[in-house]
Amino acid sequence: MSAMRMPIEESADKPLLELEGVHKYYPVQKGKFSKTVGQIKAVDGINLQVYPGETVGLVGESGCGKSTLGRSIIGLEEITSGKVLFEGRDLTQVSNTEMRKLRRDIQMIFQDPYSSLNPRKRIVDLITEPLHVLRGISDAEALQQASQLMEIVGLSAQGLGKYPHEFSGGQRQRIGIARAVALKPKLIICDEPVSALDVSIQAQILNLLKELQREFNLTYLFIGHGLGSVKYMSNRIAVMYLGKVVELAPVQTLFSSPRHPYTRALFDAYPIPNPHLRNKERMVLEGDVPSPASPPQGCRFHTRCPLASSKCREEEPILTEDTFQKGHLYACHDPLG
Amino acid sequence: MPSLNLESGTAASSELVAGSSAAIAPGFERESYWKMIGQRFVQHKLAVAGMVVLGLLILISVLAPWIAPYDPNEITGAFAASPSSQHWLGTDQVGRDVLSRLIYATRVSLAVGVVTVLLYVCVGTIVGAIAGYVGGWVDMLINRIIDVFMSFPSLMVILVLVTVLGTGLSNIIIVLALLGWPAVARLVRGSVLTLRQTEFVKAGQALGFSAPRLIFGHILPNAMGPILVNATFGAAAAILSESSLSFLGMGVQPPTASWGNMLNAAQSITALTSQPWLWIPPGLIIILSVLSINFIGDGIRDAMDPRRTSA
Amino acid sequence: MLNYVLRRLLIAIPVLFGVTFLNFVLINLAPGDPVDMYVNPDVSEEDKQLRREALGLNDPFMIRYWKWLANLVQGDLGHSFSSFQPVTSLIAERIGPTLLLVGASILFGYLIAIPIGIYCAVKSGSKFDYLMSTTSLLGVSIPNFFLGLGLIYIFGVLLGVLPTGGMSTMGGNDGIGDTLTHLILPTITLGTSISGGMIRYVRASVIEVLGQEYLRTARAKGVREFIVIHKHALKNALIPLITIAGLDIPVLIGGAVITESIFQWNGMGQLTIQAIFSRDFPLLMGVNMLAALSVLAANLWSDMMYAVVDPRIKYS
Repeated sequence: MSAMRMPIEESADKPLLELEGVHKYYPVQKGKFSKTVGQIKAVDGINLQVYPGETVGLVGESGCGKSTLGRSIIGLEEITSGKVLFEGRDLTQVSNTEMRKLRRDIQMIFQDPYSSLNPRKRIVDLITEPLHVLRGISDAEALQQASQLMEIVGLSAQGLGKYPHEFSGGQRQRIGIARAVALKPKLIICDEPVSALDVSIQAQILNLLKELQREFNLTYLFIGHGLGSVKYMSNRIAVMYLGKVVELAPVQTLFSSPRHPYTRALFDAYPIPNPHLRNKERMVLEGDVPSPASPPQGCRFHTRCPLASSKCREEEPILTEDTFQKGHLYACHDPLG
Repeated sequence: MPSLNLESGTAASSELVAGSSAAIAPGFERESYWKMIGQRFVQHKLAVAGMVVLGLLILISVLAPWIAPYDPNEITGAFAASPSSQHWLGTDQVGRDVLSRLIYATRVSLAVGVVTVLLYVCVGTIVGAIAGYVGGWVDMLINRIIDVFMSFPSLMVILVLVTVLGTGLSNIIIVLALLGWPAVARLVRGSVLTLRQTEFVKAGQALGFSAPRLIFGHILPNAMGPILVNATFGAAAAILSESSLSFLGMGVQPPTASWGNMLNAAQSITALTSQPWLWIPPGLIIILSVLSINFIGDGIRDAMDPRRTSA
Repeated sequence: MLNYVLRRLLIAIPVLFGVTFLNFVLINLAPGDPVDMYVNPDVSEEDKQLRREALGLNDPFMIRYWKWLANLVQGDLGHSFSSFQPVTSLIAERIGPTLLLVGASILFGYLIAIPIGIYCAVKSGSKFDYLMSTTSLLGVSIPNFFLGLGLIYIFGVLLGVLPTGGMSTMGGNDGIGDTLTHLILPTITLGTSISGGMIRYVRASVIEVLGQEYLRTARAKGVREFIVIHKHALKNALIPLITIAGLDIPVLIGGAVITESIFQWNGMGQLTIQAIFSRDFPLLMGVNMLAALSVLAANLWSDMMYAVVDPRIKYS
């Protein structure tokens, strides 16, 4: 198995998840009276569609806003403005009771397997509680489903009686996955699910996620830090920088012909084992990531971009679709290639 | 890769389903959190000694009617008679048997300790949990209220309140509880604030659990440690406070016996110098009970300390 | 750092209001009114009403509170019901002895606790350490009135070496030495209550500091253990003590009430007891207010000291 995944036809279905102009700002408070002196623009205008059955990868440096975006979708953060449309329903507008029903369909897998499971609860309670609360399933039925789920994620059902601390990191992540899948959701937001795990375990978990996607017809928003895992999992990838999407393309296209300098720099930063395959010309970024509280004028990337021009300093590029390659969008005045 | 076929169950799961509840099922390995705490606790020799003594005191208070030689309020001997074979600890100034009064007073003190703590832990936990979870202006308001309450030196407030509300056991309990809840609320608020940020609580929120379910089912069980320690030391403090109050004459009123008001007798110089049986026994038993409870509290605190590696 | 100080002061203000308000509410909860209690029962009802009117007792609650608050700010705490003297002068008379007692107790407590705590930390796990830990717990478990009575019994009655009460010997020369001998037993009584907790705190703090990385560096450099302890460790371990000194104040104020009562020490504590027993509300309010204010001041002090000590706050 490889990363050969066919891009899904965009126009075929209606999107399962649609983000329109999503902004999430955090106020910065200083001074004696905690006055708001500025905003941290964690997510600054995201438009994205996720179609049923696909995996959209979200990649970027720490602080680019991808985790914030993930949490905003699932409702752990309240967005400042914009719309989050799930199956056409705007999640920011629904009532609390409505939202509770919708939660059955959107789930999350968390990054840290050591803190995402309540240390005082047995595994059986961790998995069956959502079943009781959200789907009103009886005890016996829930127990059966729980044991099946354990087997599905590769753990023995005997483990149901144990506590989280009796499991390793990788096993705990499997439990977290079992919990997320238990409700048979339609969309799962994977918030860097393998970043905290040993490299040897990462592949196993990623494979598990793929199997589950096939089996249960899941749609993933895969938020990742490492290019390798995102590439492996996704049909399409969105590259984020300082709260905005700078490039969005099917995975093959992105890797064979990236258009945005930042994307190229990300790839180039990845060490290639075979010296003969190494690119002689690497795109190296200068400087540090600017603070999200005061993003640069014009194109946000211009302060670090080796190809920046005066236009880049003044005018902010808009994410536009390539005229020849449908489905490939980028925000750059002077794209590569 | 294991079978993905949802129809077939495994041998393990069918065994589970057959007539068992989710909580207790055969074949599951049980390593209970409380069992681990218990194991650590018993390593603390003094704490165990404390539990033994406390157990004895509880037993005494329960069996009081059967073990006390006389009725505590009945005059059965001469005034302030020294210890004899009839009255092992002598009699008090009115002629009541000191030993019997001592035994019955155990009930009073233990009642104060237990009921007061139960009351203020419940109130404090709820208030603190709300403040910590809800945040915002609710939190700020509650915080200010706690600050105000904690700005008063407790004995002063107790004295004033008792002056205003009147003396007596139930009033004492209410007043002591009124003074104890802010400390617990502050503690719980801190724990809830910290725990609210943990991933497993966020996971619970993502799963759509309601706030009460999250607070009482997930957050508070993890915050139990400090609350329990505080409650134990609080019981000791409550007993001390009650005895101080009763000593001053502001607490439990005679004829009801309390260790503190028995000590009141020592205020007179004759009693102090020539009638030690009047005041030394109640004093000693106060020390004994408070000490035991403090040992237990120490034991609990060490057992629950997350920094200790497993026993 | 100035920011931090200002913020703390600002926060203290609403708390101050709350304290005064609560104080006022408390006192007004009491049944019975002053005119009934202190006026000659033969006085007619109309005259009593006039009196009440004159004293402002018929005004609505908030107005009375406001008047009282205004008086408070000007330093007028009203007049004692039982002695008809201004509350402020009564307090001024008695505050000296209490300050002396409390000050001596803190000194005593710390002087005992710090060396013992340090020694326990250094010899952690030894028999001495174990013994001291238990003893300090004992210190916290003894009701201070019992300790006081016991001390009087042993030293005053049985051994006869120290006075059993009062601030000076009757017919004596009333000198400093005399006061000091009278001060000994009350100080031990009151000081013990805080020394127990202090020993454990010092011990824990020193143990924690002794295990720190930077001390390992000093030892690795070959610095002698003695210097390691004194020069490097103690400074960091003991500075926090300044901050928590403030937290002992409420305990001491409460303890002083009982201690002064047993030892006939003419301080604020005695005054409080008298006020309670004679239901003298203005006096009680005044004393309560003062106590609350000192606790507030002590807390503020703790916070300030914490800011001074912790460089993270100092330079923010």
